[in-house]
Amino acid sequence: MKPAIVYRNIKKNYGSVNAVNGISLSIPQGEFFGLLGPNGAGKSTMINMLGGLASPTSGKISVMGMDVHSNYQEARHLVGIVPQELVFDPFFNVREMLRFQAGYFGKGRENDKWVDEVIDRLDLRDKANTNMRKLSGGMKRRALIAQALVHRPPVIVLDEPTAGVDVELRQKLWGFIKELNKEGHTIVLTTHYLEEAETLCNSVAMLRLGKIVALDTTRNLLKKFSTKNLMLRLNFMSKKELPKSVEKFSYVESDGAFIFQLKKITDISHITEALKKSKIEIIDMQTVDTDLENVFLKLTGAK
Amino acid sequence: MVTLKTQIIGTWTLLKKELLRFWRVVFQTVAAPVISGILYLLIFSHVLDSRLEVYEGVPYAAFLIPGLIMMSLLQNAFSNSSSSLIQAKVMGNIVFLLLTPLSYLQLFFAFIVASIARGIFVGFCIYLIAITYIDLPIEHPWFLFLFAMLGGGLMGAFGIIAGVWCDRFDQMAAFGNFVIMPLSMLSGVFYSIHSLPVSWQGVSQLNPFFYMIDGFRFGFFGQSDVSPYFSLGVVALFFIVLSFITIRMLKSGFKLRN
Repeated sequence: MKPAIVYRNIKKNYGSVNAVNGISLSIPQGEFFGLLGPNGAGKSTMINMLGGLASPTSGKISVMGMDVHSNYQEARHLVGIVPQELVFDPFFNVREMLRFQAGYFGKGRENDKWVDEVIDRLDLRDKANTNMRKLSGGMKRRALIAQALVHRPPVIVLDEPTAGVDVELRQKLWGFIKELNKEGHTIVLTTHYLEEAETLCNSVAMLRLGKIVALDTTRNLLKKFSTKNLMLRLNFMSKKELPKSVEKFSYVESDGAFIFQLKKITDISHITEALKKSKIEIIDMQTVDTDLENVFLKLTGAK
Repeated sequence: MVTLKTQIIGTWTLLKKELLRFWRVVFQTVAAPVISGILYLLIFSHVLDSRLEVYEGVPYAAFLIPGLIMMSLLQNAFSNSSSSLIQAKVMGNIVFLLLTPLSYLQLFFAFIVASIARGIFVGFCIYLIAITYIDLPIEHPWFLFLFAMLGGGLMGAFGIIAGVWCDRFDQMAAFGNFVIMPLSMLSGVFYSIHSLPVSWQGVSQLNPFFYMIDGFRFGFFGQSDVSPYFSLGVVALFFIVLSFITIRMLKSGFKLRN
């Protein structure tokens, strides 16, 4: 089976700026893939090049074996992209806009049933005949997602789809996207909500300054960078008062608490006993596991 | 997956959308230019009808109508493609078009046909109103058809170039006010170039709008300032050159992709 998306040694320069700097990446079909990175990492440029909104300076990109440059018409049939910005055509209502979008892909009236199904599944039925201008931000976001789906693409790319969306709608959208993935669609997602990527994505690529700094399954990445931490709130605030025997453990202060990095689980008893001996009272205690955000911060150097 | 049928549906969809887009704001896109054209006609014919006879046996009001029809046709054909593109670029919804498999030739065809349709529709409305009180013969209907199609197509292509090139509405307004308006006003809509000093006749003959209007007028009266075949050749040449530039721009993705 051909991979859903292949980036082969892609470089993209905007003048002297290297937005993407030699990325090679293969995303298998059926994957729920996360593209993560701080602003300016090159995520949107990668997506724009996939959709033909920008051309790579060098390298090749293909969607299910179809080159996005030499075979652009076939390649664009295979991919639906949800842009990051809330853009819309102010002249038309939701249903008209979706039918036009399907028509551009050569879908005629026989596709109207699917358009109506997409409208239903994204809870847009009440707004189907409403002009795009009159929709709320959340509704516009749903309509954008619907627009990317009307031609039934096997590969769906979502560029920050939940930016500025309330919690309830975010959950609904993810429910819908998960269903699509279960139905066999390949999903590629960029997001700033790392907990979303951790929950949803099977694999992630982390980008920094146009390069991939990590590429693995989400589980492997978490395992590889896994650390256990002990968070303690004590009856004083200054680290200067910590006993010498405790200071040998690596720790950071955050929001009035001390977070100790544990090398082994028995470190917990060593720390608590040392504090007890020094008559320092523990007000609160928690163990904290590594999440994707920690991995992301470590690898991308973001703060 | 990409078949002739999908390409025809794709092109037809874009054409339909472009037609509906101007129809949704029909007061702005049709009624307003029709009223402007009729006002020009009323004012100029009232002031000059009894004093001027440009062609023998043709009242000035009748002489004026073909020029006004063609001027409105050209301006509206330009407005259709240029405003559609600049709005889509500024609003950002141009991505919905750029992400589709529509080829540069499909985009070109749909935008041009929609431009011609709006131009001809506006021109036809002016014609219908004008003939209610002025007799207007049609000597050569094929010339009317050819000049209307080529003129509308030429200005549709020019509109695409302007829409792609401009990044802001004020740039587009400058295009309209400093290029389209002077060229159309100084093209012989209101006068025959034979009434101008020789040097200005030469300048007028550098204006492609002059040939579109003069040739179109020939279709009505069988009289023109220059040979209608020469005008047809000039207009066809301009249409081909502008189409070539437009297609090259769309193919390269100039100011649209990247």
